[in-house]
Amino acid sequence: MSEATAKTTEAKAGAAFEPRIAAFVCNWCTYTGADLAGTSRIQMAPNVRVVRLPCTGRIDPMFIIKAFERGADGVIVSGCHPGDCHYSAGNYHARRRFAIFREIMSFIGIDPNRITFSWVSASEGRKWGDVVDETVSRIRGLGPFAGYKNLVEKTHAGA
Amino acid sequence: MQELRELAKKLLAEGAVKVVVGYAEGRQGVRPIFAATPEDADKLIFDPRCVQNLATYLSPRRAHVAALGKLAVVVKGCDAMAAAGMIREAQRKRDDFVLIGVRCGGVLADPRASAAVTEATVAARCPGCEVREPKIVDHLLGPLPPAPPGASALDARIAELDAMTPEERFAFWTSELAKCVRCNACREICPMCFCVRCVCDKSQPQWIESSPHARGNLAWHMTRALHQAGRCVGCGECERACPVGIPLSLLNRKVARVVAERFDYVVSDDPEKPAPIGTYRLEDDQEFIR
Ligand code: SF4
Ligand code: SF4
Ligand code: SF4
Repeated sequence: MSEATAKTTEAKAGAAFEPRIAAFVCNWCTYTGADLAGTSRIQMAPNVRVVRLPCTGRIDPMFIIKAFERGADGVIVSGCHPGDCHYSAGNYHARRRFAIFREIMSFIGIDPNRITFSWVSASEGRKWGDVVDETVSRIRGLGPFAGYKNLVEKTHAGA
Repeated sequence: MQELRELAKKLLAEGAVKVVVGYAEGRQGVRPIFAATPEDADKLIFDPRCVQNLATYLSPRRAHVAALGKLAVVVKGCDAMAAAGMIREAQRKRDDFVLIGVRCGGVLADPRASAAVTEATVAARCPGCEVREPKIVDHLLGPLPPAPPGASALDARIAELDAMTPEERFAFWTSELAKCVRCNACREICPMCFCVRCVCDKSQPQWIESSPHARGNLAWHMTRALHQAGRCVGCGECERACPVGIPLSLLNRKVARVVAERFDYVVSDDPEKPAPIGTYRLEDDQEFIR
């Protein structure tokens, strides 16, 4: 996402709630798909900042935790469809890890609806736009996730 | 007991191993002992106070133990699963050590107690245990005692948590985890935390905040639970070692259940069965991915 987009989001933050969403996407499919969405001038919510990684297999669930720690209200994780991984199997490994991580989050009490997992191919610019819009409106409904970032204050053991 | 001592003496005398790691009387109940002589071997015991998972001494991260030479380790079924896990994940080779298995009727929650194993005193992990006669061992000693009494309190507690709203669960875990002082005892005692360098010690970049506040603690325990998926043998040692009483077993058992349901994998003492993380199936469920 462009700097201009980021600024727009910052500016709006003071007024009505504008979700801040971090997206971790793979280089080969979703990033290219998001690029296509841009070059095709597909309209979508400007709330998402994209971090490009070589493969979904490289998207460590710690990235998601870190995004929430830094104040993200929602997270998108997206990569190649099954069968399409540039490295053959990175997405299959990621799928297992995220399946478990999602359950851990849910058991801890973090609403799994804060995260969108999707497969978006290089040709699915339209789908990327839909994933973004749907995620933004869902997170808008859930409200800010300051509770996580502010956990630092909920401490009895000293910091 | 005599059988155990004789076997230990024989292994030491033959030079099959340099040290036998087992249990002995200590000042505060049962403690681990590293027996290298016949006199030490005569101190070996096994009874329901033998709570500790001694397979942790096989961890490749314990270089000072490895330096002692080949070990024989006294293992219950749950401990044997940890030894198998190290082989499964290419941390150790089967020939690196000797396993002295003991048939088990459950242990006490507290190795300092001296009570019978009853529903009230049994360790949380034992009811329903299916590995009371470990298969991977080189020697298997003792008669099989009756099964541990009662039903799993952990399963009941997990069901309670599952029934809560996410907000209630979040309040429960954040207040539990806010107590964590990040002493890392849970990691140090764990046989399956075998990384030479733990991600929570890395500082460039620092993925896990090291200050003991609720946010960093949550990151630490969510990450550890994930890293233990398909690994944790449910020995409960992490929770026993925790100085502030955080119910880590709830988290571990919950993850074990998810792994069983989704990937049809239950931790066992069969090292040939591939770990669920690091493998995959094309048809794994992906209902959460759009
Ligand atoms: S979990 Fe099983 S093998 Fe381990 S102490 Fe309990 S009954 Fe024995
Ligand atoms: S995480 Fe805890 S229960 Fe699981 S193997 Fe490690 S010490 Fe045992
Ligand atoms: S043993 Fe307890 S206090 Fe220490 S790091 Fe582990 S959970 Fe935290």
